Parts: sequence; C-alpha cells; structure tokens
Amino acid sequence: MEIYLDNAATTRAYESVCQIMVKTMRQDYGNPSALHMKGVEAEHYVKNARQYIARTLKIGEKELIFTSGGTESNNMAIIGGAMANCRAGKHLITTGIEHASVYNPMMYLESQGYEVTYLPVDSTGTVRLDALEKAIREDTILVSVMCVNNEIGTIQPLDKIGRLIKEKNPKTLFHVDAIQGFGKMRLWPSKLGIDLLSASGHKLHGPKGVGFLYIKDRVKVHPLILGGGQQKDMRSGTENVPGIAGFGQAVEEVFENLEEKLDQLYSLRDYFIQRVCELDGVVINGFTHRQEGFFGPAPHIVSVSFADIRAEVLLHALEEKKIYVSSGSACSSNHPAISGTLKAIGVEKKYLDATLRFSFSFDTTQKDIDDCIDALKSIVPVLRRFTPGGRR
Amino acid sequence: MMFKAFLIKYGEIGLKGKNRYLFEDALMRQIRFALNGTGEFEVSKEQGRIFVDFTSDYDYDEVLERLGRVFGIVAICPVVHCDDNRWENLTKVVGDYMDAVYPDKAFTFKVESRRADKNYPKKSMEISADMGEYLLDRFPQAKVDVHNPQILLNIEIRQKTYIYSLSIPGPGGMPVGTNGKAMLLLSGGIDSPVAGYMIAKRGVRIDATYFHAPPYTSERAKEKVIDLAKIVARYAGPIKLNIVNFTDIQMAIYEKCPHDELTIIMRRYMMKIAEYIAKKDGCLGLVTGESIGQVASQTMQSLAATNAVCTMPVYRPVIGFDKNDIVEVSQKIGAFETSILPYEDCCTIFVAKHPVTKPNIRAIERSEFHLADVIDELVETAITTREVLICE
Repeated sequence: MEIYLDNAATTRAYESVCQIMVKTMRQDYGNPSALHMKGVEAEHYVKNARQYIARTLKIGEKELIFTSGGTESNNMAIIGGAMANCRAGKHLITTGIEHASVYNPMMYLESQGYEVTYLPVDSTGTVRLDALEKAIREDTILVSVMCVNNEIGTIQPLDKIGRLIKEKNPKTLFHVDAIQGFGKMRLWPSKLGIDLLSASGHKLHGPKGVGFLYIKDRVKVHPLILGGGQQKDMRSGTENVPGIAGFGQAVEEVFENLEEKLDQLYSLRDYFIQRVCELDGVVINGFTHRQEGFFGPAPHIVSVSFADIRAEVLLHALEEKKIYVSSGSACSSNHPAISGTLKAIGVEKKYLDATLRFSFSFDTTQKDIDDCIDALKSIVPVLRRFTPGGRR
Repeated sequence: MMFKAFLIKYGEIGLKGKNRYLFEDALMRQIRFALNGTGEFEVSKEQGRIFVDFTSDYDYDEVLERLGRVFGIVAICPVVHCDDNRWENLTKVVGDYMDAVYPDKAFTFKVESRRADKNYPKKSMEISADMGEYLLDRFPQAKVDVHNPQILLNIEIRQKTYIYSLSIPGPGGMPVGTNGKAMLLLSGGIDSPVAGYMIAKRGVRIDATYFHAPPYTSERAKEKVIDLAKIVARYAGPIKLNIVNFTDIQMAIYEKCPHDELTIIMRRYMMKIAEYIAKKDGCLGLVTGESIGQVASQTMQSLAATNAVCTMPVYRPVIGFDKNDIVEVSQKIGAFETSILPYEDCCTIFVAKHPVTKPNIRAIERSEFHLADVIDELVETAITTREVLICE
C-alpha cells in the first residue's frame, strides 16, 4: 500500500469530485455564457460552487473570481491590485518566506518602478509585527502575507496583521495567500480585515487547474486576462466548469464537520512528531504544538531536518517503500536552490539540505504514520553510514 | 499533395563492391523503419537508386525530417509523378511543376532526361531539347545554362514519368546494421548520447547500459536516460537498454576502498559489467562518451586504468572533442535540452573532494583486493537483476 504524505503539494481528488466533473463534461457540457438551456445548466454548477465557497468564507457571492489556480490568483491580486491602485502610491509589503507565486510578481513590480519591503520572520517562521508596523507608510498600497507557510506550516497572525494595517493606513489593501490555509481553519476575511484572498482547488481534494480570488466589494483590481468579458470582465475566458464544479464539491465535503476533522488532524500531527523524535539527530522546524487563534502550526505540515542526511536520498529511499514525501517545498524541489523559508528562519547550514516535509490530509491514518516511522528507523541509520560527511 | 515520391541518393555504400546489395538492403530497411507510421508507401531499388513511392496521403515535412535522420542517405529528391506521358500533357505538368517550385522565374536551368521505356516516341536528347524550348517559351525570363545551371531538372520516363529538381542533403554515413553492434555506456550526460549517435552513423547498431543507483539517483534520472536513448534511437533504430542497479556495488566500494579512488574503481566495474552484457548479446565493442582530460576520471592515466579491465575494443568517438564541440552535436541531434536536466547520475554522488587524477593501476588493483570476498556475487546480482527495455 502506498503512503502519500505529500498533501501540501497536492491531494487526491475525492470520488464525488470526479463524478461531478464527469457529469459537467458528458451531460451538462454547455458553455455557461450560451443563451440556451445547455448554457443555463452549466451555469448552475458554477453558481453552486460559488455559493458553497462564499458560505465557508462568509462573503458575498459576487466577491469571488474563479481563476486557473493559486498562482494566477496571487498574480492577479498583486499585479492587478498594484495597477489599479498605483495613484495612491507605489509601495508594497510582503514577507521573506512567501511562495514564488507571490515573490516573483513582487520582483516584477520592482522592475516596473514599484518599491517592495520584505519583512523578516522569527525562528518559528512568524512574521515580525514590529517590522510590519514600521514598514507601513502613507503610500503603501498593498500588504501580502501568506496564511500558512508551505514549507514549515507556520500560521501567520492574520488577525493582528489585518488590525495593524487598518490602524496605520486604512487605504492599504491586505492580500492573503491562503493556498495552504484554506480548508485547514476557519477563515473569515471580513473579521480579519482581508481585502484579497487566494486559494487553490487541488490542495483540498479538488482538481488541478482551478482556484479563486476573493476580492472584497469595492476593492479595485485590474483584470490580467482580457477577452470575452466573462465573470464581470474580471477574468475573461470560458469558465472552467468541470474544475469549478469539482472545486465546489471538494469544498462542500471538506468543510463538513471541519472542527472535528481539524482536531483529529492535529492529534495525528502531534503523534507524528512524538514518533519521529524517537530517531536520533532530528529537528522539527517551526512550531511543534498547536496554539490558540491565528498562531502556531497548521494541522497538516511538519518540516523535519535529519542530521547528516541528504534529503533527496532519504526521499528516494522512502519512495522505494512507496512512501511519498517532499524535500523542502515541492514547488522548489526541482531546482537545486535551497529553501528560502528554512534560511529565513535561521536553520543551520548543515540542515538546509537535510530537510523533508511531511504533509497529511484528512485521509491520513495513524497506521500510515507508524509505517512511515518504521521505514525511517530502518533507512536513516543506513544512509548515515554512507552519506558523505556521515562517516567517521 | 504535389510530391508523390522521393528519390534517395546514397554515396559511400555505392563503393562497396560485391557486398553492395547488403548495404542497399540495410538502407531500405532503415528507411522503412524511419517512415513507419507516416502513411502507405513502397520502397524499391533500381539501378543504384532507391525510390520511396507514397500511395496514400502523408506529411511532406515530417517525411523529409525522418529521412534526414537515416544514415547512409546523401541526398533526398522530392519527385512529382506524371501518369499521362503524352508529350502535350508532359510539358504542361513539367511547366506547372517549375511554376510552383520556383516563384522567381529568372533562373538558369538544364534539362536531363532518361528513357527507361525505349518505346517512347522521343529519344532522351530530344526530350531534353524540346522540354528546354517549351520552358523557355513559357518562362521568358529563364535561361539555359548547360555547364553551371541553378536548376538541374531531371525527367525520367518509365511507366510513369518522374520529375525532380530539388536535392535536400541527408545525414551521410552508413546504414545502421551494416557494421555490427556495439554496447554504449549511457549516462544522463551530454557526451554519451553524442558518442552513440556518432558510432551509429558509421552503420553500427547500438545496445546501451545505464547504471542506476537508487535511492541515490532518482526515478527521474532513469526516465531522463530512457528519453535520451529514445532520442538516439531516432537515428540509430531501436535501442536495447539495460538498466543495471549499481547501488550495492557502489556501497561496497565506498565502505572498503580509499575515497579518492572511488570513481575510478566504480568505472572499472561499470566497464566489466557492460562488457559482460555486451559479449552475451553479441556486441563487438564498447562505446563511451569519454573525452581526454574532461574530468578526473578521463585523464590518460584514468582512461588506461578503466580500459585495463576490458578485453573488447572500447570506442570513444568524442575522445578529441572539446566540450563545445560535443554540445554542438548534442544540440544538432536534439539531445541537449534533455541532457542538461538537473538529475544526478551515480558518478556524481560520491565523488571525493580530490579524486586521483593519475591513478596507478597496481594501486587500484590493491584497493580492489579489499572487495574480493563480496564483489563477484554483487556483480552477478547486478547483472541478473538488470531491467531491459527497448527504446524506440
């Protein structure tokens, strides 16, 4: 049996998600913009998905734009947000541990004459509020902070950040990259002072190729994709009906009894940490235990450094036992570049290349974790004998 | 579709005396293999030339591209058929052909004719002269130049008439399969696919061996090597790829031998294993991508040390090439983009900081003595557990 512990990279789609997607392609396959019945039927799926998602966020249905995924949502929020508000100023703020889909649009804006401040984080990966307070200026148009860090799982204090931003400069927009956080906690943008929020379908058992951007009523964002004027001109292109329907279905299923599921997932995480610490030379990056409110670790991510081990080799050794994990962050795993987050939280140099990310889903069982720990216990000592530097 | 056939010109194999038919048959076989799947066609030979006649629709550009990869072809001439040989019709077809192929009519030309059908009312000299006259009438800007024409128009009268004037250079070399078979040591790098290509160009069929070291090398590294074998196979024909698991041998060497000799000893065992498989499968030599002095294991002394374990000839077609020269060929054959994908191969995993560059064979043999009690069994296991794939 395979053990999939890479749920922060992507998740397995729910059966019900696949079913509704097939239906939108074989039976109700119309174009939602079409005037005839076939179009109206297809539009229902989009409306329903919009409804489910809006309900979980306690937002208005009109405040939701469907996109091609998290990356597009982040690009639209940052570049589209900066373009629409450039008259108010040309300063943006983000953190040093953002995902590339936030970081690279910021770099792009810098090349277009904007100024960007990158906030430091402490050793748990939590953004430094004192630095944020100092950074917000009269001409700051947007602050972008991720909800949950994708590499170590730290939750950012969104409530405090939102409050601080609105105190210092009520005109500054607050964007949250919630791609790892959506479905792992209750997120209510209006309570948190969030103006823009990105999420992605395939991180919570939906399909790949679909995501959304929440844009608060009356917040100005320029569309990045122009064309036939779908979604009120904000995101042209025929709606990805199968993707949107699947996303909606996944959200409906995930948010059912969410609190209960989260409690279970947190105990599973505690159990994993307790077991993995039975090995020698192991360091947990970020928080170990659940905290109150918007603080502490997300329930599904654990980052573990193994002294004297090359992460990639350990990853492949686990793979031979059909246990799938990720080194650092999956998105950057293909590049030899070393994790930005681990560096930013001050992980010792020898651990940078020695870190694996284990990430769980609501389907992960205690037995999966026991099997994974057993595998680690048999592999790690062998690898330490052979990995260069591991030998006396 | 204007062109219905291709006349294939071949050079070197025309020289081969009594064995000539072997070379021609091999070339026809390679052409059939290369064109497989492009449509219905027949390959025939007559009077020192090979014709490919299409009886169905086909994609002209694709056929030319595929023929351009068949070693032994010197030039490819796209041919137009004329079914109705009566002079009136023939002149019209030839005139239309010239009109379509040469938009600029200010050309110089010469007509060359052959008459396989001796009952045809005009002799070949008359055909050439009369056709020249017709073309001069039809295209007043054109001139005849019998010594140095820009266009040499060929007309061959058989049951049908063949008309051709274009000549597209082929790759040259000799048809694969006319010079036996060799075993290529294929890594994931730039050099070995080029070496395989160059040997294949001399008519040699290729088998290949790749050394895989899981978990130190990943599944992607293996995929990459399979992709490279497929790229070489586009020229060399189907390649039988042996994938040998080298991990245990590598570990044994790492544990028991001096680390600065690691790479040399490893390569010696790779050569031994490759030679064993080569002999078993009827290969007549080994092929490597080594180039003098490129890395520590490719100095003259190191090459001598690895060469010493083989009794078979080892061919190193890029031995005198600079890296730039190799890259150029790699780009030409379309392997470069794949070769530079960043997955580690087993040679780069355990390299010592300062590997020996001038190994002494005696010293190496003394070091290998430490492996004596385990190595035979490990080598045997590696050979018997190898995975065999046909890449085409």
